[in-house]
Amino acid sequence: MLAFAIRRLIEAAFVMLTVALLSFVLFRFVGDPINQIVSQDASLEERIRLREDLGLNDPIPVQFGRFVWKAMNLDFGVSYQVKQPVITILMDRFPATLELAFAAALFAIAIGIPMGVYTGIHRHSMLSKWFLSISLIGISLPTFLIGILLIYVFAVKLGWLPSYGRGETVKIGFWKTGLLTWSGLKALILPAITLGLFQMTLITRLVRSEMLEVLRTDYIKFARARGLSNRAVYFGHALKNTLVPVVTIIGLQVGAIIAFAIITETVFQWPGMGLLFIKSVQTADIPVMSAYLLLVAFMFVVINFIVDLLYVAIDPRIRLAGSGAGH
Amino acid sequence: MTGPVLSVRNLRVEFPTRHGTLRAVDDISFDIAAGEVLGVVGESGAGKSMTGTAVIGLLEPPGRIAGGEVRLKGQRIDNLAGEALRRIRGRRIGMVFQDPLTSLNPLYRVGEQIIETMRTHLPMSEAQARRRAIELLSEVGIQGASDRLDSYPHQFSGGMRQRVVLALALCAEPELIVADEPTTALDVSIQAQIIQLIKRLCRERGTAVMLITHDMGVIAETADRVAVMYAGRIAEIGQVADVVQRPSHPYTKGLMGSIPTLEGSETRLVQIPGSMPRLTAIPQGCAFNPRCPQAFARCFLEQPAAVFVGRSEVACWLASATPVQGTP
Amino acid sequence: MNDSSAPKDVLDRSKPPRSRLARSLDSDIAASFLRSRVVVAAGIAAALMVLAAFGAPLLAPSNPYDLNSVNLLDANTPPVWHKDGDRRFLLGSDNQGRDILSTMLYGTRSSILIGLLAVAFALTLGVSLGLIAGYVGGRVDSVIMRVADVQLTFPAILTALLVDGVASVMFKNQSGGTTKFWILVFSIGLSYWVQYARTVRGVTLVERNKEYVQAARLIGMNQFSIMFRHVLPNVLSPVLVIATINLALAIITEATLSFLGVGLPPTTPSLGTMIGTGNEFLLSGDYWMVLFPGLTLAILVLSVNLLGDWLRDALNPKLR
Repeated sequence: MLAFAIRRLIEAAFVMLTVALLSFVLFRFVGDPINQIVSQDASLEERIRLREDLGLNDPIPVQFGRFVWKAMNLDFGVSYQVKQPVITILMDRFPATLELAFAAALFAIAIGIPMGVYTGIHRHSMLSKWFLSISLIGISLPTFLIGILLIYVFAVKLGWLPSYGRGETVKIGFWKTGLLTWSGLKALILPAITLGLFQMTLITRLVRSEMLEVLRTDYIKFARARGLSNRAVYFGHALKNTLVPVVTIIGLQVGAIIAFAIITETVFQWPGMGLLFIKSVQTADIPVMSAYLLLVAFMFVVINFIVDLLYVAIDPRIRLAGSGAGH
Repeated sequence: MTGPVLSVRNLRVEFPTRHGTLRAVDDISFDIAAGEVLGVVGESGAGKSMTGTAVIGLLEPPGRIAGGEVRLKGQRIDNLAGEALRRIRGRRIGMVFQDPLTSLNPLYRVGEQIIETMRTHLPMSEAQARRRAIELLSEVGIQGASDRLDSYPHQFSGGMRQRVVLALALCAEPELIVADEPTTALDVSIQAQIIQLIKRLCRERGTAVMLITHDMGVIAETADRVAVMYAGRIAEIGQVADVVQRPSHPYTKGLMGSIPTLEGSETRLVQIPGSMPRLTAIPQGCAFNPRCPQAFARCFLEQPAAVFVGRSEVACWLASATPVQGTP
Repeated sequence: MNDSSAPKDVLDRSKPPRSRLARSLDSDIAASFLRSRVVVAAGIAAALMVLAAFGAPLLAPSNPYDLNSVNLLDANTPPVWHKDGDRRFLLGSDNQGRDILSTMLYGTRSSILIGLLAVAFALTLGVSLGLIAGYVGGRVDSVIMRVADVQLTFPAILTALLVDGVASVMFKNQSGGTTKFWILVFSIGLSYWVQYARTVRGVTLVERNKEYVQAARLIGMNQFSIMFRHVLPNVLSPVLVIATINLALAIITEATLSFLGVGLPPTTPSLGTMIGTGNEFLLSGDYWMVLFPGLTLAILVLSVNLLGDWLRDALNPKLR
């Protein structure tokens, strides 16, 4: 178990280092830090002095080491555009993205798993066929189109929900939350559905095919032969066995949710990190881009680690294989 | 003596397909008394597992019971559905499947699975069920049962798992156990132990056993009576001693010829030529006729009905031709 | 169509198993195509869209590239069936006064072209890297596959956004439509190569240990070209399936990047850009600027997806 966790941590460190290298190359070579900081008419001496001050003349590995060290202390430099420390801007927007991603994931799981179980059990029912056709359309529609469609129907035509923004927010420490106000919750609905819809269809399809697989196994047949109720067979025995692959995909999809948040945030003008990132790409704001990259990679790595631990909680075979027990 | 625990009459199992209806089990009848072990033997595809599955009501759609009846202690159960049937499964009929490695849910402790089954059927508290589960595990020969209760299936060996499966089948004290190839997936050295265990436990409890196998050796060792199935029908049914020593049906004779004997009086094993027909292509008349060394004209025209030969019932025109001893 | 062939195969196990290639070239493919009306419809829709898109210069009522023919006074004209519609603008006009229908036709052409080129790039890159990884093995293999693993941790859209962002910074001075076009092809292609590489590597590893490769080495033939010839038929069908499904993804990615304003510049027609522009006018009720390009995009992606789904099932019945 411990060896397993350590191996995972080493792998995670490898991923982070790769991303840090990428991010460093981006930061150091793509955008020339000097040009962005000083004004157009700065003298050559000024530039050279700044170069020396910033340590841009040091050997590259030293610069990389410094970059990593600074990043670990959450120092990502200053935004070219806003002229503020990148970490301040990011932290300001982090809660918005996290709340949106969380709501979207919740929506995808809460609807996707029951739909997958239903379509897996009632394979030939009309409702299952409808669910599956709708899910194919859901996969084919680009996220931004779904968002626009929802805005048009629920904001423009029906006027039930706001079409953009986060609504009122409440500040708890540094965390600005929209979950505690009525308007904040209302503003969350459409973006969360937009962001979660694709993942929901994915989870539905995955749970369905896993259910079909598991329902064919001997232990399900045996569970029936033991006279267990349908509920115990489907939800106690079958569903739990589908969870390992489902948790894997959900873990991977959390990454996708954060990436697709960029699109959803743009459509709904949601003031999160994604919107910040897209603006930084449009304006070539390299420090923001590289910091976002590092932060997102860090979130992915943490989530993957949690997913690995979840496997262990679900499947005793993994748990015990790690500690060398068993007969 | 009271009536049989299980009584099957003219049972027929059919599978409707696009290419017409397949008859997997065709008009079979047998009884099993309390404490008795009935062996059901035949090649794969002969319909023996299908019979067992039909008895416990677990046929996968579109498969269905198309005719006949199944009675448990006189009560008809083939026409039950849903909840009523579920209450019988595990409670009054226990089942043991072929592969102990895949019969247990890998994600639950064996104790959880036993307790779950008991509490589904019997009014027991968690603590009572737990105590009973420990007793049961010791009874099926698992040492240190109180600790092993909290182990996961993958921590047991194949033979041990089959003992757990047996404990699961017996945990609600059923009147009948259907054991479908319970030893086929096990090491030869363990097979005999499991067979003896099934026999002993059922004898002690007076549980009737339907033992499905393709292994004539297992039957000879364990069963009181045996039914030989071929292409969905019973070819011969009778006391094990009779069927093994004085087989009447040419197919049974062939089967007996294919068991090696220790005496070694026979220098070579007899083989039955050909293979069993597919369900889609069962010949007219007696299904065994293409392989039967003694087939004659009538065998190709009409299906033979079962007649008594000695104490056995045999479905063969040869047997019908011999003088009838004993009355039905 | 009668679909009796499948169940017969299930019952009749006496047939010897055929190789995947033989199976995929079997006429069953044609039959299974015709079997499903949905797939036929998807095929026809895709074919029509490709034709219309590449015939855009002939079919389009006006040329949206030609700035002289565009008049700002025509901006936001509703479709022709509205009271104040204009015969020149069948499906209305955008905020620049460009004809929606014409822009859509040209835009679909960009979408399909970028999609196809990006897939071709990803395929070439992935197949080559997979072949090298599987053939050379050792350190080369582990480097390539580690990179693939790391990249797989990130969603493709994020990779595309980053590559696109970086490339755009590097080519800041050439902000024309053509440069952006190739940047998009490059960044989208770079986001989707991993799957090909993994598939090809797996097959190559199997083939490498077969006797004919060893034999080829003994008689001094070029093993690599021999293997290439043998690996290729084996990976043909999975690669084809991945490519079709990737095409839909690539089209979506291009539209998304353009919608986000980091794809094709507003002067170059693109479905994503049109939807992005139209989105700003949705609140004022000018629905046609979003509806028609959106519908086109949705139908295009849906038909490609349906074709991909069908192809996967037809080439590999075991998957179902």
